[in-house]
Amino acid sequence: MGMLESILLTIATAATPLLIAAIGELVVERSGVLNLGVEGMMIMGAVTGFGVALTTGSPWLGVFAAILVGAVFSLLFGFLTLTLVTNQVATGLALTLLGLGISGMAGEAFVGQPGLRLARLDIPGLSDLPVVGRLLFGQDPIFYISIALTAAVAYFLFRTRAGLTLRSVGDNHTSAHALGIKVIAIRYMAVMFGGACAGLAGAYLSLVYTPQWVENMTAGRGWIALALVVFASWRPWRVLAGAYLFGGVSIGQLHAQAFGVGIPSQLLSSLPYLATVVVLVIISRNRRLTMVNTPASLGRPFVPDR
Amino acid sequence: MKKALVSFAAAAAVLSLGTMGAMAQDPTKVCAIYVGPIGDYGYSYQHHQGMLDVKEHFGDKVEISYLENVAEGPDAERALERLARSGCKIVFATSFGFMDPTNKVAARFPDVKFEHATGYKREHENVSTYNSKFHEGRYVQGVIAGKMSEKGVAGYIASFPIPEVIMGINAFMLGAQSVNPDFKVKIVWANTWIDPAKEADAAKALIDQGVDIITQHTDSTAPLQVAAERGIKGFGQASDMIKFAPETQLTSIVDDWGPYYIERVQAVIDGSWKQSDVWGGMKEGHVVMAPYTNMPDDVKKLAEETEAKIKSGEFNPFTGPISKQDGSEWLKEGEVAEDSEVLQMNFYIKGIDDKIPN
Repeated sequence: MGMLESILLTIATAATPLLIAAIGELVVERSGVLNLGVEGMMIMGAVTGFGVALTTGSPWLGVFAAILVGAVFSLLFGFLTLTLVTNQVATGLALTLLGLGISGMAGEAFVGQPGLRLARLDIPGLSDLPVVGRLLFGQDPIFYISIALTAAVAYFLFRTRAGLTLRSVGDNHTSAHALGIKVIAIRYMAVMFGGACAGLAGAYLSLVYTPQWVENMTAGRGWIALALVVFASWRPWRVLAGAYLFGGVSIGQLHAQAFGVGIPSQLLSSLPYLATVVVLVIISRNRRLTMVNTPASLGRPFVPDR
Repeated sequence: MKKALVSFAAAAAVLSLGTMGAMAQDPTKVCAIYVGPIGDYGYSYQHHQGMLDVKEHFGDKVEISYLENVAEGPDAERALERLARSGCKIVFATSFGFMDPTNKVAARFPDVKFEHATGYKREHENVSTYNSKFHEGRYVQGVIAGKMSEKGVAGYIASFPIPEVIMGINAFMLGAQSVNPDFKVKIVWANTWIDPAKEADAAKALIDQGVDIITQHTDSTAPLQVAAERGIKGFGQASDMIKFAPETQLTSIVDDWGPYYIERVQAVIDGSWKQSDVWGGMKEGHVVMAPYTNMPDDVKKLAEETEAKIKSGEFNPFTGPISKQDGSEWLKEGEVAEDSEVLQMNFYIKGIDDKIPN
């Protein structure tokens, strides 16, 4: 395996969990709900995925369980903010703290246990092609899911009637309600989709990226995913670009350090954040387009007046 | 939610109290605060193992209580005060950043003994400090790396540029240079103590740049797993990580706080506790090497001999002649570095092609 190929593979691994979590959150926010609990849902997915894979011996069961737990966990957020109309920001933060706490307790038995790794794809012939073989045909299945997910969400939001309905709920829930659209039901579904994606992203960390369980192993990736959604102005393909850019610069700075370029490592470590913000701000510099893409009802509570 | 106060108030203690009547004594309450979760399988985990050793050693004579994930700074003061008020006789504050809070709270509770890890302030009679010479283990790792690396280049995943980490890098290189004078090291600063994914990325970057041995001063098992995947060798950190990479781990430096904790708790029970400043290494049993695995017999033998020499006190890794990075002389032939100088180390030795970030 050549150096370039290996670097590209590393970048794909670094970007995939961010992309999955961010795509989920994008759908949630497009429906007008701001869920700051991504980190909490992700860590729940990570501990569930690890634990189920370890106890059943099947990484795939771990992945499905993580998706399920992520969705169920987000339902708690949905119930509080959509049915009981609590403050979305505070509830989302609480969800993150709760997720970190519960996962720490639930994962106590898994500390120091080597985990299982989700096997990567291997297509004889194709996977062995020089340079692009591993990259295109030899990665872990969740990598392909993440790309497919991005395409599917982009198609769903902008090419289907259901996607239009979801966006209309996010832009103006009062009008949508007046048209007879079930605002709360749609938001529940969006929130659960976001939870499922965050759960999958967490499972990616504990089953593919680093097959182990460590408390707090998401280490802030949920927050980066959240930021990506905003900086990508709620456009799926821009989220993908942002995630890969962030991953690319993160890996690049490690290479720069190992190579010994003599730039202080603290500065290099901050580069992924800086570069991502700068680039995404530049592509979103058209203010009118940004306004159009921003869900106008984002974070605003909705109480149907019957 | 963040902090879990857990007490092993053993039901057995209550039972024995009933049957033995006046014979029974109240258990001595032993407490600790940790900077991380005990589930990190690294630094805080090992401190907690030390506490569990105390419990096992003394049984019903002690009661253990701890707070994890305590932020360094004012939060630590509240945590320490809470423990002191709850009747703890001795409190272990296990991170550098707990230094000032420990001394402050110690002033208010003169009857409670405080033990602060890795610090240097002992402002009150009831505060002791303790630390371990992990760099002794890193020297042994360096010797092994120097023998095992075919390309003569190791990758080093470092956390933060503090003396503790820098002395580790220097000791590692001195060990490697003792068997291969041209040995090189590539250093990546992760700027975190624990983030498995980032540590894994750092390991991959180093391996892509041609290192064929990996060592780390961050706490997760991820770099070792990457080394295993890529078919090179590596070292564990803080605990024995052989389970994660049975064909990859050469050895690991194991932090064993148990003997020190037991000794200090015994002193509290006996009433003989006195202020002290302990920097224990292999000799005191604070630094233990995991079994030497995945290496030829001659390398294993050399590693064992090096370990024995350090253990007996015959050899100190920082013994001259040693030059600083710029070529200026640091230690003369046969001269041994003072502990105080090592504890403040902020320079690389000759042979390291890198700059300390500051």
